[in-house]
Amino acid sequence: MIRLENLTKQFPGMDRLAVNKLNLEVGKGEVCVLVGPSGCGKTTTMKMINRLCEPTDGKIYVDGQDTSKMNPIKLRLDIGYVIQQIGLFPHMTINDNVATVPKEKKWPKEKIKKRTAELLELVGLDPREHGGRYPSGLSGGQQQRVGIARALAADPPIMLMDEPFAAVDRITRSRLQNEFLRLQRELNKTIIFVTHDIDEAIKMGDRIAVLREGKLIQYDEPGKILSEPAGDFVANLVGRNRSIKRLHLIRAHEILEEEHWGVPLDTPREEIKERIEESVISTVMVIDEKGYLKGIIGRRAIEEKEGEKAEDLMEEVPDNVTDDATLNDALSVMLEIGEGYVPVVDADGLFRGTLTLNTLLDQVRSDKSAK
Amino acid sequence: MLNRILKFLIVPILLVGMGIGVVIYVVENPTDSMVARMLTYDFIISSMEKHLLMVFVSMLGAIAVGVPVGIMLSRPSFYYVGKVIENVVNVGQTVPSLAILALFFTFLGLGFNTAVFALWLYSILPILRNTFAGIMSVQPEVVESAKGMGMSPWRVLSKIELPIAYPIIIAGIRTAIVINVGTATLATFIGAGGLGDMIVTGISVRREMVTFTGAALSALLAILLDYIIGRIEKNLVRWS
Amino acid sequence: MEVIDYFIRRQSMVMELFWEHMYLIVVAVGIAVAVGVILGIIITYNRTLAQGVLIVCQVLMTIPSIAMLGLLLPFFGIGFTTGMLALVLYSLLPIVRNTHSGIIEIDKAIIEAATGMGMNEWRKLTRIKLPLALPVIMAGIRTATVMVVGIGAIASYIGAGGLGQLIFNGISRTNPPMIITGAIFISIIAVGFDLILGWSERRLHVAGRD
Repeated sequence: MIRLENLTKQFPGMDRLAVNKLNLEVGKGEVCVLVGPSGCGKTTTMKMINRLCEPTDGKIYVDGQDTSKMNPIKLRLDIGYVIQQIGLFPHMTINDNVATVPKEKKWPKEKIKKRTAELLELVGLDPREHGGRYPSGLSGGQQQRVGIARALAADPPIMLMDEPFAAVDRITRSRLQNEFLRLQRELNKTIIFVTHDIDEAIKMGDRIAVLREGKLIQYDEPGKILSEPAGDFVANLVGRNRSIKRLHLIRAHEILEEEHWGVPLDTPREEIKERIEESVISTVMVIDEKGYLKGIIGRRAIEEKEGEKAEDLMEEVPDNVTDDATLNDALSVMLEIGEGYVPVVDADGLFRGTLTLNTLLDQVRSDKSAK
Repeated sequence: MLNRILKFLIVPILLVGMGIGVVIYVVENPTDSMVARMLTYDFIISSMEKHLLMVFVSMLGAIAVGVPVGIMLSRPSFYYVGKVIENVVNVGQTVPSLAILALFFTFLGLGFNTAVFALWLYSILPILRNTFAGIMSVQPEVVESAKGMGMSPWRVLSKIELPIAYPIIIAGIRTAIVINVGTATLATFIGAGGLGDMIVTGISVRREMVTFTGAALSALLAILLDYIIGRIEKNLVRWS
Repeated sequence: MEVIDYFIRRQSMVMELFWEHMYLIVVAVGIAVAVGVILGIIITYNRTLAQGVLIVCQVLMTIPSIAMLGLLLPFFGIGFTTGMLALVLYSLLPIVRNTHSGIIEIDKAIIEAATGMGMNEWRKLTRIKLPLALPVIMAGIRTATVMVVGIGAIASYIGAGGLGQLIFNGISRTNPPMIITGAIFISIIAVGFDLILGWSERRLHVAGRD
């Protein structure tokens, strides 16, 4: 889909090459993450793909076509572009921001309207509530969602994303990352994703290109980058706690055990007591007849509270993760709520099971023994 | 909508009404025969016409030059020239208006055209400066994402940069027009006529009523134009 | 060349007018600073009053200066008083406005911290508000001074003295070197004040950041 051939860039007045004979191939539907310290040429490489920056030497092929022979405006209209500072147009409503490329492509009005609403919903914003507002009226996370919706507007086959989640706080970032991965499974775009954060790279990438001073050091799947880093530079970038980083690669639904501790609302006290004794986390989850998580009952609750049914004994759920969250996300939530477990729900909010600290430890251990 | 228009019109109608009131009062109640000879409807109207003509011709010319040149200087290839011109403009704006008029008088002689030329040149400065500053204030990431999304340079300018810079450009025009109306009253010293005629004649023949008429009308005109452009500035910006 | 000739021949007269002009500016701005800063401080304590004063200022500022002189003339007559009064009025406006906005725009947390530390209003004003607002007030004084140089030239017409006389007399006698000498001197004073005050304003900004 995208092929870089001996791509080279030298900025005027600089001795060093910003990008040095880079060769890279990204397949259709793949997420390729360019990662490396600042000044490694990752952003420059990305900007050469949509020709915001012209290469000094080398070729870029998109779908087999040499981009240097294409009209840059036409090329860019078919490449979604998201940058760290978002760059929403402050004088346009959210709707108009999202409609930018469709308008440039002269779509009919009705189609633009429909598409805009559809996209805002896709990124989790309410078109009626947010569509008419100006960017200054949105939070950072919401602005970033609009930025992504805007890039997706004309359904470009390729997306370029330059640190798209760097401007928001850690929690919002991991939520946006998960949502984006879910979207990507549906949309199947070819994506070049730039970041300086190796954790983000491991989480988001199908393949990771590690760059250093304009040169490609390693181009591999995330698992390979972790287990077989090419040389000291990559090993240092990945850091010592590689086993923990592996938690980025596994998603909750992949290791959820069949057996879980969900009991109906009308379970009698005695049965709950037994289940708590059996449970490794000394806690049972209470679910309603539809399968939604309603509350939790721990050992303390059953000792201190009156009542004969689960309904009367349960306490509020401290927090949960969705089943497409990584084990690393799950671990963060556990540490945050100070418990050795976290309930897992699916995209519709239905209870799927519970992840425990032990399960996570097992993952890390099995990784170690595998090596 | 109608309500908003009415609300918008209250102040202008009030100001114009006051102006007409002043004119009728002084023409109908002259303090002596000399004042009566000077203050006729014909004379006041023709002074006003001349004043307005001076202001509008020089302002239109200043906008026609200041905005495009400001845009041109904001293009990346003109970056250094732009910075230099910005400094020249800043110094130019510091030079008092009377000095500018006087200097042009020595080169171009007495008359209406000299005044219009000096006013034009003097009014370009704030317009040019604000156009340049307004476009430079557009955040680079906004321009970059517009470019990256496939907008042509012309579209980036017309759809993104100019609309965002608009309030600052209008503010420049507002500054220019207030200075322009004020400086136009000085044009009488180089024989260009206008409302300044009444003020100056009144002072030299010691007829307060004549001075007052010219002063009141030029003050009302300045306040009126300032108000109108101020409202345009406010009504156009809903997003900040 | 004629201009230099003229200047050399009439040096003592030109210099006298120059000092007259400087005197006019310094006295007018001095009075305006004293009155304007106090007025600016007072209106920070009352929002309605502030709005009223600032609107009046805004309107006064749009009135052409020769019109203002003309309007004051019947009350104070030809000469220094009317000129000085007009100059003070015009220079008040930017000083009041900037003193007000300089104080109002101080981070609320800073004022709260000062209150929390037990400062009374007077100490808050002299220790916190005024020092923090100083660069903005300085900018107001700079605007006022540059404006007053120009209006001072116009005030010569109603007999307030100063370099404007060279321009007005030069026009009526059709004496270009005289006009140019006046215009150049006035411009030099305006640009000079602008540069000096602009420089000290930047110094204050830098000092404020350290």
